[in-house]
Amino acid sequence: MSKIDRREFLKRSGALLAAGSLPLTLVDVAFGKASTDDFTFAYISDSHLTHLKGKQFVRNWDRGLIRAVAEANLMDPRPDFFFYGGDIAQLGKPEEIDHGLEILGALRGNVHYVMGEHDYYLDLGEHWRKRLGPDHYSFDHKGVHFVVLNSIKTFDDWTYNKWPSAAERMHQMARLDNPQGSPFMVGDKQRAWLKDDLDKVSKDTPLVVMSHSPLQKIYKGWNFWTDDAEQIQALLKPFRKVNVLYGHVHQIQTNQIGNISFNAAMATSWPWPYPATYKQQASYMPKLTVNMNRADPFFERDATGWQFINMHTGRVDVNYRLPGNQNRVVAWDDKAGHPDDTQFQDAADRIPPQTHY
Amino acid sequence: MKKRQIQRMITAMTLVTAGIVAVPLAQADNFTQADLDRWQQEYQAVVSEGEQLFHGGLGNKNTVSCDQCHPNAANTHAETYPKFQQQLGKVAVLGEMINWCIRNPLESKPLALDDPKMIALQAYILQERRGVALAPGKH
Repeated sequence: MSKIDRREFLKRSGALLAAGSLPLTLVDVAFGKASTDDFTFAYISDSHLTHLKGKQFVRNWDRGLIRAVAEANLMDPRPDFFFYGGDIAQLGKPEEIDHGLEILGALRGNVHYVMGEHDYYLDLGEHWRKRLGPDHYSFDHKGVHFVVLNSIKTFDDWTYNKWPSAAERMHQMARLDNPQGSPFMVGDKQRAWLKDDLDKVSKDTPLVVMSHSPLQKIYKGWNFWTDDAEQIQALLKPFRKVNVLYGHVHQIQTNQIGNISFNAAMATSWPWPYPATYKQQASYMPKLTVNMNRADPFFERDATGWQFINMHTGRVDVNYRLPGNQNRVVAWDDKAGHPDDTQFQDAADRIPPQTHY
Repeated sequence: MKKRQIQRMITAMTLVTAGIVAVPLAQADNFTQADLDRWQQEYQAVVSEGEQLFHGGLGNKNTVSCDQCHPNAANTHAETYPKFQQQLGKVAVLGEMINWCIRNPLESKPLALDDPKMIALQAYILQERRGVALAPGKH
């Protein structure tokens, strides 16, 4: 094959792959008129890459992230940038973070990162910050103000005094159902920074707030929870359009509290049960949530995925890309004043796999 | 007649004697609160062992643990077994699904269904599901 032939071949097969596997037609549907406010970004989260020894990592979790990166690169039109929602690593090891950043390095565009507890509790985020910079920051893009928070801190006593080693602290926080666990929080210092940051922003400017844990209280037992959620919501309340996007929960969750929309990300690694399926404790799942389908354990990527966000008029539509499953769209419903699943919101339209028990 | 009466007397006496001898031994329906406490302790010890195995105690090389997908053993639906598993093409018991997980996400060797580790895993899973009505076959 000559050089030109090969280049042409690659070009054509690339186009075929893009056309065949990911016709992202939904991006253009909602808003015909061109506006600087309308753009898309991809959102990948919770890969939990697990280092074994040498160059060995758990294959299953690697495959999830590699697949999401490959698919996100095929988005057409191209996303303006990418977000990674936290938990690159499983046990916070530099090898895991480096391995994740190597895979994510294939993304064709700028990536913004959120800190997860699995990235943090071994060295308290030192390696992550060395590679990626500050764990809370803000920026503006096409008229939207983006804020990134580190929401997975906890009480100092738990972090600094309770465990004999950093590795033990990481193991304890890595266990989701740990009775010895401790609630996530943004904390006084970062909330003061947030207040300061938001003071400079017009109340008409749409906000997108990215955190790892939900900035709302769903179930404390699994840290589907941020302890100072109400205080953060109070800071967001004066703004007309606020969108909170979070990872950690490995499932679709949808909520609206006043002017604040909440949407959760699917994980690339594995799905988590809805808290109501644990029958020994009460939990508070927002009623707007239309559950993801129950996982088929025989297909290892089932109930995992990634999402791209269609940002329009300061609102967020979440397009869930779910391998081997029907994709889902949770879009802003202007009439209702909250996000809706575009196909399954009505209880009569739901299907048996969406019932979790 | 007489001979039969004598035989009956001997039989009755034998039974009485046997009864007297047996009295100090515990009867099956005669357990005490101390027995109940001990049995509960035995059970709880196995539940605790199961909890430990479920949270990374199985020693599989890839270190993936059951609780990574099933915190508090949720989404295991112990009350629905046995049930038809279309992917296996047959009605399966909970232990077979545990072994499916051990073979696949955990990339390890299945346990015998009466292996004490298998029993401990099931004790923990069912303990976390206590109070839920039995629903065999349910999907």
